[in-house]
Amino acid sequence: MKFGNYNTEGFYDELCLPDGTPRPSAEPLITRINELPEGELQRRQKVAESAFFDNGITFAVYGNKDGKDKIIPFDVIPRIVSAGDWKHLDAGLRQRTEALNCFLTDIYNDRKILRDKVVPESLINTCTAYRPQMEGFVPPKGIWAHITGTDLVRDTDGTFYVLEDNMRCPSGVSYVLQNRQILKRTFPQVFTHCSIRPVDEYCTRLRKALEYLADGVAEPKVVVLTPGVYNSAYYEHSYLAQQMGVDLVTGNDLVVQDKKVYARTTRGLKQVHVIYRRVDDEFLDPLTFRPDSCLGVPGLIDAYKAGNVALANAPGCGVADDKAIYTYVPQIIKYYLGEEAIIPNVPTFVCENPKHMQHVIDHIENMVVKAASESGGYGMLVGPKSTKAECEAFKEKIKANPRNYIAQPMISLSRVPCIVDGNFEGRHVDLRPYIVQGKETYILPGGLTRVALKKGSIVVNSSQGGGCKDTWVIAENEKAPELGQAKQWMEQQQQQQ
Amino acid sequence: MLSRVADSIYWLGRYIERAENVARAIDVNLQLQLDLPGEERPWEPVIQTAGNADAFFKSYAHVSTENALTFLTFDKENPSSIISCVAAARENARCVRERISSELWIAINQFYLKLNDPEMPKQALAAPHAFYNSVKEFSQLTVGIIQGTMTHDVAWNFARLGTMIERADQTSRILDVKYYILLPDVSMVGMALDTVQWNAVLKSVGAYEMFHRKNSNVTPQNVADFLLLSEDFPRSLRYCLEQAEISLKNIAFPVKSNADSLRLLGKMRSDMAFSTIEEIIKSGLHEKIEEMQVNLCDLGTQIWKDFFC
Repeated sequence: MKFGNYNTEGFYDELCLPDGTPRPSAEPLITRINELPEGELQRRQKVAESAFFDNGITFAVYGNKDGKDKIIPFDVIPRIVSAGDWKHLDAGLRQRTEALNCFLTDIYNDRKILRDKVVPESLINTCTAYRPQMEGFVPPKGIWAHITGTDLVRDTDGTFYVLEDNMRCPSGVSYVLQNRQILKRTFPQVFTHCSIRPVDEYCTRLRKALEYLADGVAEPKVVVLTPGVYNSAYYEHSYLAQQMGVDLVTGNDLVVQDKKVYARTTRGLKQVHVIYRRVDDEFLDPLTFRPDSCLGVPGLIDAYKAGNVALANAPGCGVADDKAIYTYVPQIIKYYLGEEAIIPNVPTFVCENPKHMQHVIDHIENMVVKAASESGGYGMLVGPKSTKAECEAFKEKIKANPRNYIAQPMISLSRVPCIVDGNFEGRHVDLRPYIVQGKETYILPGGLTRVALKKGSIVVNSSQGGGCKDTWVIAENEKAPELGQAKQWMEQQQQQQ
Repeated sequence: MLSRVADSIYWLGRYIERAENVARAIDVNLQLQLDLPGEERPWEPVIQTAGNADAFFKSYAHVSTENALTFLTFDKENPSSIISCVAAARENARCVRERISSELWIAINQFYLKLNDPEMPKQALAAPHAFYNSVKEFSQLTVGIIQGTMTHDVAWNFARLGTMIERADQTSRILDVKYYILLPDVSMVGMALDTVQWNAVLKSVGAYEMFHRKNSNVTPQNVADFLLLSEDFPRSLRYCLEQAEISLKNIAFPVKSNADSLRLLGKMRSDMAFSTIEEIIKSGLHEKIEEMQVNLCDLGTQIWKDFFC
């Protein structure tokens, strides 16, 4: 397989220039790929796939009848982010998480931003992720979203936009870490000769950030709370717990006594100080939220409010990633930090606004419409890819509940080459970097590159036929590897076979 | 450690050991078929040890080698089939992935995927010896990984406890089936066919060579002595109970040193350590084994009460 006749078809390509030649940061990789013997790349792709199966790096698809786990399709060609692009993104993500953290404290306490009419109060009052139970509360160390995953997209002209903020329980980071492990085995020498920033630090950083929440305790006990083995992200929960070296617990493993949280162990009850919870707000504590929840721990929120246990992320974070609130994030940044947003939003129409709604209804065939309260690619309409009947049906849905819908013009997401039937073809991607807020803010250099594997599709969610790729962030001030080394490596590889 | 995790690790150990024992029982019966040509080997005793006959006859019209192998190996409806044991071991491993080494998880998951390959039943029937050997190797691989990659802490002791209790249970079942079901007629004791069958029992628990180093005569009494009371053969009942007791003590001390399960296990272990085979046979081998099995079952319940709930 060669890159010789690769065609970017007018889209922004992350690895190649419009004429099909490699971008500078991708040059070493593409040179090496072009030098591989015929069939070798496909062989490595197969080896990588079987590594996913053996490791059981799988997810469950809800509503899938045979109940079998699937592996997330993985393409061995990485997405490469240049040092310059990353510097820009890093600054933009820091700014955004800082502003949203201020917003959350304000919303649950003084509500200045509402009084100043920067964000309409009605949006907060109708937001399904708003938790009145958290009013008047400031979480330990003033941090709400300890782990954020922000979805970014890139348009034809190369501009990055924020598509979505994920501040509840963003998943996918385990794939980033595993993809890298597998890609290091797939292209070992490329790693020794390129300056690709490592991602291995993530779990250590995460544990530090969690322990920071209980820094008064000599040996704080941190646990990961999972809904259980049948949750679609169970693999990730167990992986993170394993890599951090902490216990993975379900609601039944924990018990609250005297406003303190304990784990049931073979040697009796042991106090828990920090919970990285991967259970949604509503299911955390049947005494505070949904009374029918079996996944949570009765009394947990009382213990939390008494300051005896820390939760990451804090309940109520979801109000900041609501798709309608999202529209106001540039104003939110301006309000709290006095700065312009470094990474812009995708222009968004909020259907709650009657004028916006009319515009959306009139132009629905050119829009991407999303339900404000849904995620995972569910409940959305991609206008240009839908039939007239589908568009009409969606118009009715919008009219029935305008608050629940937002719409965006269709962005021609950037593409990355993928192996398709023995050739390279461009497929659309997004990028989800992970931000960990602890004593300091850590941004994992890289993130999850999700790829829409169906030709022409822009829906990248794994539940909708999306796959993933490793994401390489090139370190700053590092020389590009010399071609001589590449040749040497190729010869070694051929000798080994 | 978390009670739920302890429970899962204990069962992980038990299910892997169970899969190995089912494979051993099947493999030996297949070998016997080769040693005694012209005669269809009875599969009922194996079905009886490794599952139960009622469940078999619900799904299969008659006992044939193919039906028996399918039921004992690939039938997901049979909770003691190899595929069910491996699936249960994997499910338990999946629940405690963060607590076990990646190598252990990968070994279990790989074997699970291999068994679930739709081509596998055909391959197993075509080359059964190689297949059942691979099941034994899988079990030995996991035991080796547990031994070599996991801290010998409480979790490790629970895995070992599960393995040893299951092995004690299986060895006693295999002995009982031969003694009670295969040969109820005392007049056949000592005949050529009988020796071949006793050798088969020894082989099924991997004891053939070790037994012959200690005994020159294959008599029912010698075999029972070896499999029940040997102090150093790693599949004898006595050995398994002694090892289980060491692990249980490591788990219980010092916080739960008065656990009832320790008392129960101590009694069973001393029964095996201080009885002679003559005493046991005089009062009835089958009765003794039945008593041990009831005790093992009670022990399992007590361990659950003491540590898992």
